[in-house]
Amino acid sequence: MTSHPIDTIRNFSIVAHIDHGKSTLADRLIQQTGTLTAREMTEQVLDNMDIEKERGITIKAQTVRLEYRAQDGKDYVLNLMDTPGHVDFAYEVSRSLAACEGSLLVVDASQGVEAQTLANVYQALDANHEIVPVLNKIDLPAAEPDRVKEQIEEVIGLDASDAVPISAKTGIGIDLVLEAIVQRLPPPKGDETAPLKALLVDSWYDAYLGVVVLVRIVDGVLKKGMTIKMMGTGAVYGVDKVGVFRPKMTDVARLGPGEVGFLTGSIKEVADTAVGDTITEDKKPTAAMLPGFKPVQPVVFCGLFPVDAADFEDLRAAMGRLRLNDASFSYEMETSAALGFGFRCGFLGLLHLEIIQERLEREFNLDLISTAPSVVYHLNMRDGTIKELHNPADMPDVMKIETIEEPWIRATILTPDEYLGGILKLCQDRRGVQIDLNYVGKRAMVIYDLPLNEVVFDFYDRLKSISKGYASFDYAVTDYREGDLVKMSILVNAEPVDALSMLVHRDRAESRGRAMCEKLKDLIPRHLFQIPVQAAIGGKIIARETIRALSKDVTAKCYGGDATRKRKLLEKQKEGKKRMRQFGRVEIPQEAFIAALKMDS
Amino acid sequence: MIRHPTQDAGFGVYVHWPFCQSKCPYCDFNSHVRTGGIDEERYLDAFRREIAHAGDMAPGRTVTSIFLGGGTPSLMRPQTTAGLLEAIATSWTIARGAEITLEANPTSVEAERFRGYRAAGVNRVSMGIQALNDGDLRRLGRLHSVAEALAAVDVARRHFPRYSFDLIYARPDQTPAAWKAELERAIGEAADHLSLYQLTIEPGTWFERLHAAGKLAIPDPELSRILYDVTQEVCDRAGLPAYEISNHARPGAESRHNLLYWRYGEYAGVGPGAHGRIMSARGRTATATERSPEDWLARVERHGHGLVEQTVLTREEAGDEFLLMGLRLREGIEPSRYRTISGRMLDHERIQDLLGYGMIAHRAGSRIAVTPAGFPVLDSVVADLAA
Ligand SMILES: Nc1nc2c(ncn2[C@@H]2O[C@H](COP(=O)(O)OP(=O)(O)OP(=O)(O)O)[C@@H](O)[C@H]2O)c(=O)[nH]1
Ligand SMILES: C[S@@+](CC[C@H](N)C(=O)[O-])C[C@H]1O[C@@H](n2cnc3c(N)ncnc32)[C@H](O)[C@@H]1O
Ligand code: SF4
Ligand SMILES: [Mg+2]
Repeated sequence: MTSHPIDTIRNFSIVAHIDHGKSTLADRLIQQTGTLTAREMTEQVLDNMDIEKERGITIKAQTVRLEYRAQDGKDYVLNLMDTPGHVDFAYEVSRSLAACEGSLLVVDASQGVEAQTLANVYQALDANHEIVPVLNKIDLPAAEPDRVKEQIEEVIGLDASDAVPISAKTGIGIDLVLEAIVQRLPPPKGDETAPLKALLVDSWYDAYLGVVVLVRIVDGVLKKGMTIKMMGTGAVYGVDKVGVFRPKMTDVARLGPGEVGFLTGSIKEVADTAVGDTITEDKKPTAAMLPGFKPVQPVVFCGLFPVDAADFEDLRAAMGRLRLNDASFSYEMETSAALGFGFRCGFLGLLHLEIIQERLEREFNLDLISTAPSVVYHLNMRDGTIKELHNPADMPDVMKIETIEEPWIRATILTPDEYLGGILKLCQDRRGVQIDLNYVGKRAMVIYDLPLNEVVFDFYDRLKSISKGYASFDYAVTDYREGDLVKMSILVNAEPVDALSMLVHRDRAESRGRAMCEKLKDLIPRHLFQIPVQAAIGGKIIARETIRALSKDVTAKCYGGDATRKRKLLEKQKEGKKRMRQFGRVEIPQEAFIAALKMDS
Repeated sequence: MIRHPTQDAGFGVYVHWPFCQSKCPYCDFNSHVRTGGIDEERYLDAFRREIAHAGDMAPGRTVTSIFLGGGTPSLMRPQTTAGLLEAIATSWTIARGAEITLEANPTSVEAERFRGYRAAGVNRVSMGIQALNDGDLRRLGRLHSVAEALAAVDVARRHFPRYSFDLIYARPDQTPAAWKAELERAIGEAADHLSLYQLTIEPGTWFERLHAAGKLAIPDPELSRILYDVTQEVCDRAGLPAYEISNHARPGAESRHNLLYWRYGEYAGVGPGAHGRIMSARGRTATATERSPEDWLARVERHGHGLVEQTVLTREEAGDEFLLMGLRLREGIEPSRYRTISGRMLDHERIQDLLGYGMIAHRAGSRIAVTPAGFPVLDSVVADLAA
């Protein structure tokens, strides 16, 4: 006996392109159903990480249970999952979708369909979701709900005649959304009497509770005190707590079929809670496992090193902790001649990289240096073996390599017509191959195949600047293709800086090398001596710049006996030097590493 | 009494007179304009009390130099100066032939008091001429003209055995040729000491606001380097080499009081916003007083002193200060003294590197000094050695 008859449960995800208003809609649904009081509400209340609040984006999918009395007089349990919009966090979306039967597809009525609108809706359709289109931001003067409806029908092929026009900001139409959820989305199915079968949707580390596991019950009942088994990893645990998110964690006695909630036990090992695993009762297991999730493949790699070598163990501990909260990044130990001990980390994209680095620095109080982002290359060796290269610094002797293959992506770009020319040129410059070009209303939609190597290198920033922020972009890795790739080294004062070496296409090497040298020339502060900065392939110098020696750096007047003021300045300078890396006699500020890779060609 | 090696450099007294006729737009010294005038007698009383207090903190010293700085000390009445010097003589013994300097602004009103200061015991005057160009003087917010300033120099020459003046260069739009001519003219007016400061945009000043707003263009590092080099050339030729970054003198005519700072000697600081470095059994103590004249006055009247800071420096801090100050001097530093103060040695490898770049050189005995090539980038050299 579930407290909630299964036909009064609705599980849904909110999906959309970045900034189309998912989290704001979640706010209104939480508010309108009285889940939180006005006093407890904040803007984008589900975005609870500092970094989410500051950047105004969702990084982590969030779950909240709403109770709603519908117009039919019945009480419903709605389980909402707010998802991130950025392509780097697509994995969060796919897991949320697996726990639901339906989706609200939010489209900003002033912007229309964007690249991630498409990507997310296709994912939702793939998950057999019922989809309710929601046209948001109709309060904006620029909103064109009718045109956007047409777009949805034309581009996605979804019936938009019943799309719900709303303003998540002002609250218009929220009641209609609630009714649409109840009436148009299907209830979950499940057998309460069957053995427990639950999907491990997500897991993270909580300072008070230890590992918290987000589950979706498919069959059977999950209760406190039960002994459960993770079928994939074989781990067995006693269940300490069972509960739901309102959005605060609230204990319940049991979770029945179709319900979404959490469990805790004395789970120590992260590895035991693999997302996508099937949870069952240890002594009464279910027969078949759920299909689980496609494992995520990190696509961008970089080295992360502590600024202060003494922080290495702290960094290791922090990596472990963070990985508990984000299974989509991976790490392994690495040593660098220049940077000492650190980790080679894999990410789903550049924003993911940036966010993880920032979280490590902020949540764990670490100062980090990151190396150039790189992709995974496949090296076909002369001896017939195949090697994976995650780090350009590990490149073997070129004489032993037959061919090198690099990952390619298929990119979908939507843009207002006037920026199309610039974008095509950008794609062409980045060795892109045009696959398709057509129009979605007034917007052009181009599909390009591109080497990922060219995309991790500030492609997104360039795209945004060319289109003044109006183009949207989505991609998926498709395959590996052979490329004429060479390792380019950067030498500062004749010393190679391993952290800056990279694999580049031979045709692009010179321009990249020149750009890198120019950039470093501005980023490396002048020293007491002149410093050559060179790019080289093998022994051949392909670009060179010179950082001139300092000409003037002296405090003209000394404040009488006030040595304190000068000493404070010196102490700051000394502190600054600690954040520098020593390469031979040259000190390179860590910001230079990061900035050097954000190149405006 | 324990003898500290630093006392060998002498013991100085710095007296800060914090008032000015008007505030110059480039200046971030602790200077204040009080249009309603001030009760000089009351301030003098406060100075007396603070000097007595300083005497208790550093008893038994022999004063080798006194510096009355500002602000504008030449705004005080000569009898106030006399009162200050008497107070100092009460707290300590003033050495025979001690250098007693007063900072003066070269307006006619102030020059009239020069004789009085001399009578009070001042034997050296340092004047803020700043420029020998009326347009620039106006832009620098100065209240005197070139003619008035030179007249004041004349008066100084007649009354004081020693005098010096300050110029600010690397001014907006200043060309090397114009500066060279101006400097040569200045040397013609100088005796045996000159202070030549490159204009610095200091935080909190009016010039900083103008500069930030793009309305004040100062020379870039390249031009400023050229102007610096011109300065050295002209002064060297005139027999006034730099004995410190911005101070030039005929050998033997250096300011003893300033040398005391740079040689990291011991000095008491009295008056609003004055700094001192006093040796005690616990080590070198940094002292600082309340900056606001009125608050300082109230504190002194209540507690007998205006100190807001008395910090025993750590060895590392003292070592940093020693390097910062000492490397400004052409004579450089004695590495063994650095070791005594900081408890560690200078990094051998860094010294080798800096010698290799020609930034420093060995001097008489085991001394280390910054070279002419190193001075223009001194801050980096010091940061390197101190790191
Ligand atoms: N005018 C108006 N602004 C809205 C509306 N809904 C959301 N916004 C604004 O749009 C911006 C993005 O809203 P979010 O709710 O954070 O968007 P999101 O889709 O959750 O974004 P990501 O999680 O980063 O993908 C915020 O500045 C909101 O205030 C609306 O109905 N009208
Ligand atoms: C304590 S101050 C001034 C003394 C006196 N009140 C005067 O103005 O003549 C000492 C000297 O520092 C110099 N000075 C002050 N501010 C400066 C700045 N921002 N840049 C360069 N030199 C400065 C001036 O040459 C000034 O004469
Ligand atoms: S430069 Fe001299 S006169 Fe001008 S405000 Fe500063 S201390 Fe006073
Ligand atoms: Mg969001």
